[in-house]
Amino acid sequence: MLAEVLRRLGATIPVMGVVAIAVFALLHVTPGDPAVIIAGDYATTDDIARIRTRLGLDQPFHAQVAIWLGRIVRGDLGTSIFSGLPVSTLIGQRAATTAWLTLFAMLISVGVGVPIGVLAAWRKGSWLDRGVMMFAVSGFSMPTFWLGFILVYVFAVTAGWLPVQGYQPLAAGLWPFLRHLILPAVTLSVVYMALIARMTRASMLGVLDEDYIRTAFAKGLAPRRVLVRHALKNASLPVVTIIGIGFALLIGGAVVTESVFALPGLGRLTVDAIVRRDYPVIQGVLLVVSGVYVLINLVVDVLYVVLDPRIRY
Amino acid sequence: MAVRVTEVGTLGRDAAAARGGAWLVRRVTARQPTFVAGLLALALVVASGVLAPAWWTGDPLQMKPAQRLQPPSAVRWFGSDHFGRDVYSRTLYGARISLTVGAAVAVVSLALGTALGLVIGFYRRLDTIMMRVMDGLMAIPAILLALALMAMMRGSVRNVVVALVIPEIPRVIRLVRASVLSLREHTMVEAARALGVGTPRILLRYILPALVAPLVVQATYICASAILFEAYLSFLGAGTPPHIPSWGNMMAEGKTYVQLAFWIILFPGLFLALTVLAINLVGDGLRDLLDVRG
Repeated sequence: MLAEVLRRLGATIPVMGVVAIAVFALLHVTPGDPAVIIAGDYATTDDIARIRTRLGLDQPFHAQVAIWLGRIVRGDLGTSIFSGLPVSTLIGQRAATTAWLTLFAMLISVGVGVPIGVLAAWRKGSWLDRGVMMFAVSGFSMPTFWLGFILVYVFAVTAGWLPVQGYQPLAAGLWPFLRHLILPAVTLSVVYMALIARMTRASMLGVLDEDYIRTAFAKGLAPRRVLVRHALKNASLPVVTIIGIGFALLIGGAVVTESVFALPGLGRLTVDAIVRRDYPVIQGVLLVVSGVYVLINLVVDVLYVVLDPRIRY
Repeated sequence: MAVRVTEVGTLGRDAAAARGGAWLVRRVTARQPTFVAGLLALALVVASGVLAPAWWTGDPLQMKPAQRLQPPSAVRWFGSDHFGRDVYSRTLYGARISLTVGAAVAVVSLALGTALGLVIGFYRRLDTIMMRVMDGLMAIPAILLALALMAMMRGSVRNVVVALVIPEIPRVIRLVRASVLSLREHTMVEAARALGVGTPRILLRYILPALVAPLVVQATYICASAILFEAYLSFLGAGTPPHIPSWGNMMAEGKTYVQLAFWIILFPGLFLALTVLAINLVGDGLRDLLDVRG
């Protein structure tokens, strides 16, 4: 098992290599001189020359790729053009906020999405099922930031129960920390919840037709026990897969959600970097976020064995 | 379930020819009410965008500073924004941008993705390397990739389409390639080969037609997500140029006035959600009617 985990970890190296080269190539796929684009409209020739040297743009392309890959392997993500701080420091400062936001959103969406998916499958064709499916397709169709503003308007502006925006670190106390995260986490969770509910329902429908489910009901087991122990356990593989794959949605949503609620996370860092054309920061965030995505899906792969002992490495 | 799909999907075609189009419409409405509802809602949005001047709208760009931030009323159905522009007119004209971007992204990414997917799926040597590359590209969250691309390009509707097509292509390639891999071993391909049909002709005449149904379904999902992503990009200030009344731009401008003039953000968002919902319902309906798996 350990050997297999290591082998899979090794298999992520080429994937991350492609990510690194793609993120680097971004700078060169667009027409024009990257140094001129980064320098912006009001740059002097000296500014452009300085940026060109700093980013190594005066070297041949293959040399630039080699230098870039070499730096990443050493954990050096470069320096922000705007603030002059190392990109890894900037990401480190912001990562905790985004991590908390996505963690809470994930807990809410799994905690609600899986149960409503199970219930919808159990009562297939009922009003409950239609309601859940309608919620799933609507949740998937709403712009995250718009939902955020609706929630802000209802719960913060009108009712006044929760703060409109802002962030308090955990060090400021548990309640202030949670108060500021409730609305953003709920906002972010809806798309992901819709995806999970839909997948849980579909997967459960496949399992509920099986003979052993009928047997379990026939011998008088409580529905709750049949649904959770017998059905959900066997229906969980696709659900776990979608939780891993859908993580990309969560990251994308986090960028927008942080903008709505003025949370100082990676999303805000990226958006600010884009406005300032701070390219090393954009590249660094892309690289780190993609790495986290690949690792999460690696964990999902390993989870398969825990959930389904028939899969052996 | 399987019988139901066959009735409408394959048998339905001959039966419909015999019993007329009205019968088919009734049949589909009874089997797939959400599909028909989605189709009607989509038609409404398209009509409101294309025929925007006919829907009692005014000039979406005209500023009336004396009438800033007016709430919805009988005169200004959706209220006015911080420049005194009519939110109703802007919302209807905004449909044009969203629908154009959605349709363009769907068509371009499908065309490029299908062409590449057919070739990659058919040539084994290319396949291994290209799929590693695709895995890597798909590991970058789509919205971040689109944002980064927009950072390197000037804001224009065309560039938004480009930035949204690039993250979508690997996903289309994956879908096409998976189908090509299974169809490649099909008896009809073997028979065609025995008859001396060349590879390009096999790809175009034998494999591509079998891909039409899944690609049509995929097109609806790409269109829906492109419309959402255009709004995200504009909202974050990296999308359609601010002077164009797109739903994303309207909401981006309205975010400063959430507490004062909630309607600026409410109505474009409602229209956006309705449009994406309609397209998703059409996609789900087509998937069931055309019997596309997964």
